[in-house]
Amino acid sequence: MLKIKNLHASVEGKEILKGINLEVKAGEVHAIMGPNGSGKSTLSAVIAGKEEFEVTEGSVELEGEDLEEVSPEERAHKGVFLSFQYPIEIPGVSVTNFIKTAINESRKARGLEDMPANEMLKLIREKSEMLDIDRKFMSRSLNEGFSGGEKKRNEIFQMAMLEPKLAILDETDSGLDIDALRIVSNGVNKLKSKDNAVIVITHYQRLLEYIVPDFVHVLHNGKIVKSGGKELAVELEEKGYDWLKNEAVV
Amino acid sequence: MDLKDKLISSFMAFESNVDIENSVHDVRTEAMKNFELKGFPTKKEEAWKYTSLKGLQKIDFSIFPKEENALEYKDVKKYFLHEIDSYKIVFIDGIYSSYLSETTHDGVDICLMSSALTKPMYKPVIDVYFNKVASKDESLTSLNTAFSREGAYIYIPKNKMPKKPVEIIHFATGNEASLLLQPRNLIVVEENAELQVIERHQSLTSNEVLTNSVTEIFAADSAIVDYYKIQNDSESASFIDNTYIDQKNKSVVKVHTFSFGGKLTRNNLNFYQNGEYIDSTMKGVTIIGNKQHVDHHTLVHHIEPNCESHQDYKGIYGENSTGVFNGKIIVDKIAQKTNAFQQNNNVLVSDKATINSKPQLEIFADDVKCSHGCTIGQLDEDALFYMQSRGIPKKEARALLMYAFANNVLASVRIPELKTRINKIIAKKLGVNLGFDL
Repeated sequence: MLKIKNLHASVEGKEILKGINLEVKAGEVHAIMGPNGSGKSTLSAVIAGKEEFEVTEGSVELEGEDLEEVSPEERAHKGVFLSFQYPIEIPGVSVTNFIKTAINESRKARGLEDMPANEMLKLIREKSEMLDIDRKFMSRSLNEGFSGGEKKRNEIFQMAMLEPKLAILDETDSGLDIDALRIVSNGVNKLKSKDNAVIVITHYQRLLEYIVPDFVHVLHNGKIVKSGGKELAVELEEKGYDWLKNEAVV
Repeated sequence: MDLKDKLISSFMAFESNVDIENSVHDVRTEAMKNFELKGFPTKKEEAWKYTSLKGLQKIDFSIFPKEENALEYKDVKKYFLHEIDSYKIVFIDGIYSSYLSETTHDGVDICLMSSALTKPMYKPVIDVYFNKVASKDESLTSLNTAFSREGAYIYIPKNKMPKKPVEIIHFATGNEASLLLQPRNLIVVEENAELQVIERHQSLTSNEVLTNSVTEIFAADSAIVDYYKIQNDSESASFIDNTYIDQKNKSVVKVHTFSFGGKLTRNNLNFYQNGEYIDSTMKGVTIIGNKQHVDHHTLVHHIEPNCESHQDYKGIYGENSTGVFNGKIIVDKIAQKTNAFQQNNNVLVSDKATINSKPQLEIFADDVKCSHGCTIGQLDEDALFYMQSRGIPKKEARALLMYAFANNVLASVRIPELKTRINKIIAKKLGVNLGFDL
């Protein structure tokens, strides 16, 4: 589904990603771990198409198509979803109106009519109940005044509504207490299928107890320095990252 | 002959032709003297620093329309908010159109200034209110006073509320190559009475129109007035609005100004709080582009204690457009416990657009709460990316952000149909079709 080859990316002339290779197949869950500043969030932003990151070498392919010239919204229409580490507050646009617009724009891009209002309402109700989101919440301005946990839950709600092929969860666990973590993880697990894939970006192994990865990659200084199975996450939790940093230097 | 000279010479002819009460005649003559003395304001005056009337003065405006022009209702229907659920006072090239209007004398007077100025039955009201709050010093207001003859006259007696809102609409047909209009409105809302007004000026061709309008509003004790100005005229129409509001104890007056159209628009909005526990609200949304110019000048004069004023103006400026916001708040020494708030937020969506924003606070009382804030910025790139990443194309994302930006100004619009209409105009102005109203 996703093929990243020798990806180099810079922001304002500073190289952050220094040759990433990663292949994610349908049905898989990949975890990307690594210390602060290793390039995890940059990698997710580059996959989602943020323009301020310049790809200087290599490529990102989604289902065989090079994404270089593809705008962020077109990537979304093709099924890429990024759950933000810091979701943006948009005063004046309610959660409901935002998600309606997002869904109908995606449908429009696929040549479909707007989703009928009753169908939309039903879907919103179903997905918000799954994530234990209060109905009053839906008419509030998007992310405005939301707690950290509410913002993350709202990201997963949007993911549930949009049903992406490739979901990238950027530090979705930060700011979540244990109950919220369980609810959010359950939500993600329910959305998992053999046809879609999930990339989980996290510092900690905690989230990976709930969303169990097939592969774990360690990012350090813009490169994947180690890959392994889910047991690697446990090892990282015990030993920290320092032993890998040394390994990378060698 | 320049426009000033032309106006001065026209005044004689005008005066000898109108049949009016002597008292009004004197008011007019005095006003003309002031205009003769001062002429059109220039950029040398602080209040006109960013708005030039020079270009307009070069145009050879017709001062009196030559003939009565008719319009078919079906051709102008779209400019009305309601077909039946409003009173309408409609003017075509400055002349009252009884055919398009729906006036009333049923418990309230919703009719014409020309009647009020000439018929004896209105004399008591005219004597007390006409030209009493309007400036006698400001030259363009004086110019309007000198030529005041036609406009809307609304009188709402104590404890009354008209069954429906009033729409005041001025059409310019373009039958004149260029036309100067000077409507004069007088609105008196007595104790505990209530009124909603929607005012709109619409030029139907690309011929030049200059409107110099004066509206006087008197809100007696506990009166409630909602006034909505829709400025979405063609880009060959210029508009100078001078609105003066006199408020008494516990009255609540809100003025919303929606500025989307026009070539040059200047709004002079003046509130005088002559009582206690008064609430004055001014809100504005400005969305312009091309070479359009919109200048909001507000004044709130807190004369008595325990009053509030709220100002919230949002502007979105594209292309080569220019905006001005100048908000003056005066708090007199005895006006303790005043709460005065002013907010002006602007987004520049083009490198060539400019906004000059200036708060002016003159506070002589010591126990007051006054705040003002002004921001000038661009649309948030992170917010745009966030929306794009959810599949909302950049153009729609920008529009949605701009919509959201203007949204809290629309929240206080109390006529639902008007809110919907304004939303539609904004969507059209931003070039998108959003699937919902905010």
